[in-house]
Amino acid sequence: MSSVIQVQGLTKKFGHHFTAVNDLSFSVNKGDVYGFLGQNGAGKSTTIRMLLSLITPTSGSIEIFGMPLQANRAAIMQNVGAVIEKPAMYEYLTAYQNLKIFSALSGVSKTRVQLLNELDVVGLAARAHDLVRTFSQGMKQRLAIAMAMVNDPQLILLDEPTNGLDPQGIADIRNLILQLSRVQGKTVLVSSHLLSEIEQVATRLIIIDKGCKLVEGDSKDLFDKSKTVVAIQTLNNIEATKQLMQTSWASHVLVDRSSYKEICMQLDEKLLPTLHKNLVEMGIGVLSVKPMHSLEDYFLRITSTPSYV
Amino acid sequence: MFSLVQVELYKIFKRPRTYIAFGAVAALIGIIQFGLKLDGKSYIDFMMNDLSSSLEIDGKILNGYLVCYVMLQLLLVHVPLLIALIAADMISGEANMGTLRLLLIKPYSRTTLLLAKFIAAIIYTLMLLVWLAILALFGSMLLFGTDDMFLLKTSYVVLLKESDVFWRYIGAFGFAALAMTTVASLGFFLSVFAENSIGPIVATMSVIVFFTILSTLNIPIFNAIKPYLFTTHMIGWKEFFDIKVNGSNEAIIGSIQNPEKIIKASIVLVAHTIGFFVATLLVFRKKDILS
Amino acid sequence: MKKCRLFILFMFCASLAMAQDVTQLIKKVKTKLELVDNYEATGVMKTDIAFIKAPIGKIKIYFKKPNLFKIKKEGGISLLPKGGLSVNLSSLIASSNYTTIDAGVQDIGDKKLRVVKLLPNEETSDVVISTLYINEKESLIEKAITTTKENGTYTMLMNYGAYSNYGLPDKVVFEFNTKNYKLPKGITLEFEDESKPLSAAQQLKNKKGRVEISYKNYSVNKGIPAAIFN
Repeated sequence: MSSVIQVQGLTKKFGHHFTAVNDLSFSVNKGDVYGFLGQNGAGKSTTIRMLLSLITPTSGSIEIFGMPLQANRAAIMQNVGAVIEKPAMYEYLTAYQNLKIFSALSGVSKTRVQLLNELDVVGLAARAHDLVRTFSQGMKQRLAIAMAMVNDPQLILLDEPTNGLDPQGIADIRNLILQLSRVQGKTVLVSSHLLSEIEQVATRLIIIDKGCKLVEGDSKDLFDKSKTVVAIQTLNNIEATKQLMQTSWASHVLVDRSSYKEICMQLDEKLLPTLHKNLVEMGIGVLSVKPMHSLEDYFLRITSTPSYV
Repeated sequence: MFSLVQVELYKIFKRPRTYIAFGAVAALIGIIQFGLKLDGKSYIDFMMNDLSSSLEIDGKILNGYLVCYVMLQLLLVHVPLLIALIAADMISGEANMGTLRLLLIKPYSRTTLLLAKFIAAIIYTLMLLVWLAILALFGSMLLFGTDDMFLLKTSYVVLLKESDVFWRYIGAFGFAALAMTTVASLGFFLSVFAENSIGPIVATMSVIVFFTILSTLNIPIFNAIKPYLFTTHMIGWKEFFDIKVNGSNEAIIGSIQNPEKIIKASIVLVAHTIGFFVATLLVFRKKDILS
Repeated sequence: MKKCRLFILFMFCASLAMAQDVTQLIKKVKTKLELVDNYEATGVMKTDIAFIKAPIGKIKIYFKKPNLFKIKKEGGISLLPKGGLSVNLSSLIASSNYTTIDAGVQDIGDKKLRVVKLLPNEETSDVVISTLYINEKESLIEKAITTTKENGTYTMLMNYGAYSNYGLPDKVVFEFNTKNYKLPKGITLEFEDESKPLSAAQQLKNKKGRVEISYKNYSVNKGIPAAIFN
């Protein structure tokens, strides 16, 4: 499977003190619905904006469609569509006029019928000639998606697309993502701070916190009910992490790297005794081992605890 | 590029705000014309007060050419506000709406996009001036007729023959276009830094008001910096209405007293415009779009 | 002492005799001027006032007895010394309610001209004194200096040509005092210091204002509607 997005060691510092994204590496394959998970302020939006060249990385490399982003911006953007955070559009224009502008900007000239048809796809045909100012949040979101799709992009980046939507709206977005991926074969990267949303659509996902990658993998693996997440506290978390990552049986090691307060790892429940044994053999002083049952528990925990610096 | 400019113009002229400027110009000009039509004589008497004690001035002083000059004098000080209303909103307004990020993920370089926006802002500026010219010049010519132009300057009086006036207005409006383009580029530059349009609009006006005060103040310490302030040169259009005289103090038709002043002022204004645009480009190309 | 008295008496008589002489001269001049009931002429006017920059303008001049006088610039704006031009030659001596004083003979250029001072008898007259320089041979006034209450002193210089029979000049130059002109910058909205003002005008700054009118194509006594002078 060819990778559509390849990110290596991506770092973004704002000023001298704040690191929004820290040494992040991940890859998105063709046809993936790639979930980008993290609590608010984890660095999701900054990463997505770097993928769209809205923000210049401090260091690291981004390749999209196999081309370095900086040098091939125009060619890459020809094939990318995005909805970034809350939908933005010209409120003093109608839905149709907005779509027309962005179709022109994308270099595709579409007929009136084509544009109206695209508005129909997102259920806005009846309101095509109303000012966007009069639209509800959900309608704006749907228009934003129509605008992102106007150039028929291969890669679609959706940043928190369900923010501010009612349950029906959320379900609509979910169906749209699935349709884009499964029917149209597009690659979608979707970010959220809610695991439940990602869980239902993502084929692969990454969890980031405070700009660092915690875990990346196939959803099937990560959401495997037979596996559990344990939080381990040792006398030397850094050394322990290094050693645990070399073992073959720990499917994923999640480390809260911003503090190294604890190591979280996902593993088969049956392997818990092996873990204990191994840690002792490694000569690491174990303070506690707490099972948390599921990735969701773990995620809830990191997203509910106040950030410590 | 052409389609980008088209889109920018489309956006500008779909906004109600744009028409505030055109409406304001029409209203101001209408009011002045109305006032002068009704009571122009007492205005002229007031202006001529000093002069008419020793001279008898005969003829249609209050004609379209003079009315237009009076209006330009009054209006060109305020037109920058109307220019700023749009120019200082070009980037900040999009940042505010969040549409800037949508524009920047389209397959154009930031330089191209900025250039398109800048060209659109200049086209708006020129259209506003054309509108001003239509109302102030042609409107006044229709309402008040044309005649010789009798101009009172600070230390002398200029009498221009009717046939020697119109081309001067073409020059003056051309120059005003240059001056207003500088204002537009200043507003454009300031709009890079903000994510709302009020800030840059107010900032643009503040800079112009501040510089204009410096330009107007006759304090020796400020005189040294005056030549470098673009506001000092913004009134250079008036130079078109000053005429050379020969040895026997007879006006030479078709001449301009200080053409070098116009050239110098134009160079200063163009340099400022380019300077502001390049600065905008440098800032914008590196800017992280967080809006 | 006696001698002295005698001398004064002699002088008085002499001046009386001469006064009679100039009264005759003025009469001759007047007779000549009275040949003209009205005229219309075209001409060129040049305004030369230090603080005014004006081009040469084509004008039309209208006159009708006793003192109607009008300069019209066709479709333009004209600048004239206040009151100056309306006090033309005819109206200067039209009435006879003045006292003449002979002030001798003076050379102006290559001409010997009789100098006559006219003092209006009426207290209310605007003219305080007029000094006329008269070419006795031709009965033509070549120069006139008039001092008025309202409009200061102005000088008229006349050159005669084809219409000298009527006492109508080919060219008249008015010289008059102008007040200094200055408008506040607040009104003119000029920021820049006029540190180096107009070169040509600057040279003339201390001179008097001049208006030069060259007459052409007189049409004398053809009748003029009175409406023109309104």
